Amino acid sequence: MGEAIAFYTLAAFILGFAVLVVSTKDTVHSVLFLVLDFLFVAALYVLLAAPFLAVIQVLVYAGGIVVLYLFVVMLVNLKRPPEAHQAPQRRSKLGLGLSVAVLLELVAIGGIGVYETVRPVTAAVPAPPMPVSGNTEQVGWLLYTSYLIPFEIASMLLLVAMIGAIVLAKREL
Amino acid sequence: MITPTHYMLLSAALFMIGVVGVMVRRNIIIIFMSIELILNAVNINLVAFSSQLHHVVGQVFAVFVIAVAAAEAAVGLGIILAFYRNKETVNIDEMNLMRW
Repeated sequence: MGEAIAFYTLAAFILGFAVLVVSTKDTVHSVLFLVLDFLFVAALYVLLAAPFLAVIQVLVYAGGIVVLYLFVVMLVNLKRPPEAHQAPQRRSKLGLGLSVAVLLELVAIGGIGVYETVRPVTAAVPAPPMPVSGNTEQVGWLLYTSYLIPFEIASMLLLVAMIGAIVLAKREL
Repeated sequence: MITPTHYMLLSAALFMIGVVGVMVRRNIIIIFMSIELILNAVNINLVAFSSQLHHVVGQVFAVFVIAVAAAEAAVGLGIILAFYRNKETVNIDEMNLMRW
Protein backbone atom coordinates (compact mmCIF):
# COMPACT_ATOMS: atom_id res chain seq x y z
CA MET A 1 0.00 0.00 0.00
CA GLY A 2 2.76 2.40 0.96
CA GLU A 3 4.62 1.49 -2.22
CA ALA A 4 1.51 2.23 -4.28
CA ILE A 5 1.05 5.66 -2.70
CA ALA A 6 4.73 6.51 -3.21
CA PHE A 7 4.65 5.29 -6.81
CA TYR A 8 1.53 7.23 -7.81
CA THR A 9 2.75 10.42 -6.10
CA LEU A 10 6.15 10.22 -7.79
CA ALA A 11 4.60 9.33 -11.15
CA ALA A 12 2.24 12.31 -10.94
CA PHE A 13 5.13 14.66 -10.14
CA ILE A 14 7.38 13.20 -12.87
CA LEU A 15 4.73 13.46 -15.58
CA GLY A 16 3.53 16.87 -14.41
CA PHE A 17 7.00 18.39 -14.44
CA ALA A 18 7.76 16.73 -17.79
CA VAL A 19 4.68 18.40 -19.28
CA LEU A 20 5.82 21.72 -17.82
CA VAL A 21 9.33 21.24 -19.31
CA VAL A 22 7.84 20.74 -22.75
CA SER A 23 5.13 23.41 -22.56
CA THR A 24 6.72 26.37 -20.71
CA LYS A 25 7.44 29.42 -22.86
CA ASP A 26 10.47 30.64 -20.86
CA THR A 27 13.52 28.44 -21.51
CA VAL A 28 15.07 29.13 -18.08
CA HIS A 29 11.88 27.97 -16.34
CA SER A 30 11.93 24.89 -18.54
CA VAL A 31 15.47 24.02 -17.36
CA LEU A 32 14.44 24.48 -13.71
CA PHE A 33 11.44 22.18 -14.17
CA LEU A 34 13.85 19.68 -15.73
CA VAL A 35 15.90 19.70 -12.48
CA LEU A 36 12.79 18.93 -10.44
CA ASP A 37 11.82 16.17 -12.85
CA PHE A 38 15.26 14.54 -12.54
CA LEU A 39 15.08 14.74 -8.73
CA PHE A 40 11.73 12.95 -8.69
CA VAL A 41 13.10 10.29 -11.05
CA ALA A 42 15.96 9.84 -8.54
CA ALA A 43 13.35 9.35 -5.80
CA LEU A 44 11.72 6.70 -7.99
CA TYR A 45 15.09 4.92 -8.21
CA VAL A 46 15.25 4.88 -4.41
CA LEU A 47 11.78 3.31 -4.40
CA LEU A 48 13.08 0.69 -6.85
CA ALA A 49 15.96 -0.22 -4.49
CA ALA A 50 18.66 1.38 -6.68
CA PRO A 51 20.31 3.92 -4.36
CA PHE A 52 23.57 4.08 -6.33
CA LEU A 53 21.74 5.06 -9.51
CA ALA A 54 19.66 7.60 -7.57
CA VAL A 55 22.85 9.33 -6.39
CA ILE A 56 24.31 9.19 -9.93
CA GLN A 57 21.08 10.68 -11.26
CA VAL A 58 21.29 13.60 -8.84
CA LEU A 59 25.02 14.18 -9.40
CA VAL A 60 25.24 13.74 -13.17
CA TYR A 61 21.80 14.80 -14.40
CA ALA A 62 20.54 17.33 -11.87
CA GLY A 63 24.02 18.56 -11.03
CA GLY A 64 26.03 18.33 -14.23
CA ILE A 65 23.93 18.18 -17.37
CA VAL A 66 21.38 20.72 -16.21
CA VAL A 67 24.09 23.23 -15.28
CA LEU A 68 25.41 22.78 -18.83
CA TYR A 69 21.93 23.55 -20.18
CA LEU A 70 21.62 26.60 -17.93
CA PHE A 71 24.98 27.93 -19.15
CA VAL A 72 23.90 27.55 -22.78
CA VAL A 73 20.53 29.21 -22.11
CA MET A 74 22.32 32.13 -20.46
CA LEU A 75 24.95 32.36 -23.25
CA VAL A 76 22.37 32.27 -26.02
CA ASN A 77 20.73 35.66 -25.76
CA LEU A 78 17.32 35.19 -27.35
CA LYS A 79 16.36 38.45 -28.96
CA ARG A 80 13.94 36.64 -31.24
CA PRO A 81 12.08 33.88 -29.36
CA PRO A 82 11.90 30.83 -31.63
CA GLU A 83 8.23 30.14 -31.00
CA ALA A 84 7.14 33.63 -32.10
CA HIS A 85 7.12 33.05 -35.83
CA GLN A 86 6.06 29.74 -37.22
CA ALA A 87 7.25 28.33 -40.50
CA PRO A 88 4.18 27.69 -42.64
CA GLN A 89 5.25 24.22 -43.74
CA ARG A 90 5.61 22.99 -40.15
CA ARG A 91 2.77 20.79 -38.93
CA SER A 92 2.98 20.90 -35.14
CA LYS A 93 -0.64 19.87 -34.66
CA LEU A 94 -0.08 16.74 -36.76
CA GLY A 95 2.98 15.78 -34.67
CA LEU A 96 1.04 16.33 -31.43
CA GLY A 97 -1.90 14.28 -32.70
CA LEU A 98 0.27 11.37 -33.82
CA SER A 99 2.19 11.32 -30.51
CA VAL A 100 -1.04 11.31 -28.48
CA ALA A 101 -2.36 8.49 -30.68
CA VAL A 102 0.74 6.36 -30.02
CA LEU A 103 0.49 7.12 -26.28
CA LEU A 104 -3.16 6.03 -26.19
CA GLU A 105 -2.21 2.86 -28.03
CA LEU A 106 0.53 2.09 -25.50
CA VAL A 107 -1.82 2.82 -22.57
CA ALA A 108 -4.45 0.53 -24.09
CA ILE A 109 -1.93 -2.31 -24.43
CA GLY A 110 -0.58 -1.70 -20.93
CA GLY A 111 -4.06 -1.37 -19.46
CA ILE A 112 -4.91 -4.85 -20.70
CA GLY A 113 -1.70 -6.06 -19.04
CA VAL A 114 -2.61 -4.46 -15.70
CA TYR A 115 -6.05 -6.06 -15.47
CA GLU A 116 -5.01 -9.50 -16.63
CA THR A 117 -3.82 -12.02 -14.11
CA VAL A 118 -0.47 -10.83 -12.90
CA ARG A 119 2.26 -13.23 -13.85
CA PRO A 120 5.48 -12.66 -11.97
CA VAL A 121 8.34 -11.67 -14.26
CA THR A 122 11.19 -14.11 -14.12
CA ALA A 123 14.51 -14.16 -15.90
CA ALA A 124 14.87 -16.57 -18.80
CA VAL A 125 18.35 -17.44 -17.58
CA PRO A 126 18.77 -17.32 -13.80
CA ALA A 127 21.29 -14.71 -12.77
CA PRO A 128 24.58 -16.10 -11.50
CA PRO A 129 25.15 -15.35 -7.83
CA MET A 130 27.49 -12.47 -7.13
CA PRO A 131 30.32 -12.60 -4.62
CA VAL A 132 29.46 -9.22 -3.14
CA SER A 133 26.36 -7.85 -1.44
CA GLY A 134 25.01 -4.33 -1.42
CA ASN A 135 23.72 -2.33 -4.37
CA THR A 136 26.76 -0.17 -5.06
CA GLU A 137 29.17 -3.07 -4.64
CA GLN A 138 27.19 -5.22 -7.06
CA VAL A 139 27.01 -2.49 -9.71
CA GLY A 140 30.73 -1.86 -9.38
CA TRP A 141 31.54 -5.56 -9.48
CA LEU A 142 29.57 -6.03 -12.70
CA LEU A 143 31.09 -2.89 -14.25
CA TYR A 144 34.63 -4.10 -13.62
CA THR A 145 34.15 -7.77 -14.54
CA SER A 146 31.46 -8.67 -17.10
CA TYR A 147 31.08 -5.15 -18.53
CA LEU A 148 34.70 -4.01 -18.49
CA ILE A 149 34.94 -3.51 -22.28
CA PRO A 150 31.70 -1.45 -22.49
CA PHE A 151 32.92 0.54 -19.50
CA GLU A 152 36.16 1.40 -21.27
CA ILE A 153 34.28 2.25 -24.48
CA ALA A 154 31.99 4.56 -22.48
CA SER A 155 35.00 6.33 -20.99
CA MET A 156 36.48 6.72 -24.50
CA LEU A 157 33.13 8.08 -25.71
CA LEU A 158 33.14 10.67 -22.93
CA LEU A 159 36.70 11.70 -23.80
CA VAL A 160 35.83 12.09 -27.49
CA ALA A 161 32.66 14.02 -26.60
CA MET A 162 34.68 16.36 -24.36
CA ILE A 163 37.20 17.07 -27.12
CA GLY A 164 34.37 17.48 -29.64
CA ALA A 165 32.49 19.93 -27.41
CA ILE A 166 35.65 22.03 -26.95
CA VAL A 167 36.34 22.08 -30.70
CA LEU A 168 32.74 22.99 -31.49
CA ALA A 169 32.34 25.70 -28.89
CA LYS A 170 35.73 27.39 -29.39
CA ARG A 171 35.68 30.35 -31.76
CA GLU A 172 38.86 29.44 -33.58
CA LEU A 173 41.50 26.90 -32.73
CA MET B 1 0.37 -3.94 -5.93
CA ILE B 2 2.77 -2.14 -8.25
CA THR B 3 3.78 -4.40 -11.12
CA PRO B 4 6.41 -3.77 -13.82
CA THR B 5 3.49 -2.88 -16.08
CA HIS B 6 2.88 0.24 -14.00
CA TYR B 7 6.49 1.28 -14.42
CA MET B 8 6.31 0.57 -18.15
CA LEU B 9 3.20 2.75 -18.44
CA LEU B 10 4.93 5.59 -16.57
CA SER B 11 7.94 5.12 -18.81
CA ALA B 12 5.78 5.14 -21.96
CA ALA B 13 4.00 8.31 -20.87
CA LEU B 14 7.30 10.08 -20.12
CA PHE B 15 8.69 8.88 -23.45
CA MET B 16 5.69 10.23 -25.35
CA ILE B 17 5.92 13.59 -23.56
CA GLY B 18 9.51 13.76 -24.76
CA VAL B 19 8.48 12.84 -28.31
CA VAL B 20 5.77 15.55 -28.25
CA GLY B 21 8.46 18.02 -27.16
CA VAL B 22 10.70 17.01 -30.06
CA MET B 23 7.81 17.17 -32.53
CA VAL B 24 6.10 20.37 -31.45
CA ARG B 25 8.69 22.79 -30.05
CA ARG B 26 10.97 24.87 -32.28
CA ASN B 27 13.51 25.93 -29.66
CA ILE B 28 16.41 23.51 -30.07
CA ILE B 29 17.39 23.75 -26.39
CA ILE B 30 13.91 22.52 -25.40
CA ILE B 31 14.24 19.75 -27.98
CA PHE B 32 17.49 18.59 -26.36
CA MET B 33 15.78 18.64 -22.95
CA SER B 34 12.98 16.49 -24.41
CA ILE B 35 15.63 13.99 -25.53
CA GLU B 36 16.89 13.87 -21.94
CA LEU B 37 13.33 13.08 -20.83
CA ILE B 38 13.21 10.23 -23.36
CA LEU B 39 16.50 8.80 -22.04
CA ASN B 40 15.13 9.03 -18.49
CA ALA B 41 12.07 7.05 -19.56
CA VAL B 42 14.36 4.31 -20.86
CA ASN B 43 16.28 4.34 -17.58
CA ILE B 44 13.07 3.93 -15.55
CA ASN B 45 12.28 0.80 -17.58
CA LEU B 46 15.76 -0.65 -17.07
CA VAL B 47 15.76 -0.04 -13.31
CA ALA B 48 12.21 -1.34 -12.87
CA PHE B 49 13.08 -4.68 -14.46
CA SER B 50 16.40 -4.80 -12.61
CA SER B 51 14.44 -4.46 -9.38
CA GLN B 52 11.89 -7.04 -10.48
CA LEU B 53 14.50 -9.65 -11.43
CA HIS B 54 16.65 -8.96 -8.36
CA HIS B 55 19.73 -8.48 -10.51
CA VAL B 56 21.66 -5.23 -10.91
CA VAL B 57 22.62 -5.64 -14.57
CA GLY B 58 19.80 -3.28 -15.57
CA GLN B 59 21.30 -0.62 -13.36
CA VAL B 60 24.68 -1.12 -15.05
CA PHE B 61 23.03 -0.42 -18.41
CA ALA B 62 21.29 2.62 -16.91
CA VAL B 63 24.75 3.93 -15.94
CA PHE B 64 25.84 3.49 -19.58
CA VAL B 65 22.72 5.35 -20.76
CA ILE B 66 23.58 8.22 -18.39
CA ALA B 67 27.14 8.33 -19.77
CA VAL B 68 25.83 8.49 -23.36
CA ALA B 69 23.33 11.19 -22.33
CA ALA B 70 26.14 13.27 -20.83
CA ALA B 71 28.22 12.94 -24.01
CA GLU B 72 25.19 13.80 -26.15
CA ALA B 73 24.40 16.88 -24.06
CA ALA B 74 27.99 18.16 -24.28
CA VAL B 75 28.28 17.75 -28.06
CA GLY B 76 24.72 18.93 -28.71
CA LEU B 77 25.13 22.10 -26.69
CA GLY B 78 28.46 22.73 -28.45
CA ILE B 79 26.61 22.49 -31.77
CA ILE B 80 23.93 24.89 -30.48
CA LEU B 81 26.58 27.44 -29.49
CA ALA B 82 28.38 27.14 -32.83
CA PHE B 83 25.09 27.51 -34.69
CA TYR B 84 24.01 30.48 -32.60
CA ARG B 85 27.29 32.26 -33.34
CA ASN B 86 26.67 31.94 -37.06
CA LYS B 87 22.92 32.59 -37.33
CA GLU B 88 21.90 34.38 -34.10
CA THR B 89 18.96 32.05 -33.56
CA VAL B 90 18.05 28.71 -31.96
CA ASN B 91 14.97 28.15 -34.11
CA ILE B 92 15.22 24.77 -35.83
CA ASP B 93 13.06 25.99 -38.71
CA GLU B 94 16.03 28.13 -39.74
CA MET B 95 18.45 25.19 -39.57
CA ASN B 96 17.97 24.20 -43.19
CA LEU B 97 21.49 24.47 -44.58
CA MET B 98 21.75 20.73 -45.29
CA ARG B 99 18.09 20.16 -46.06
CA TRP B 100 17.38 18.24 -49.19
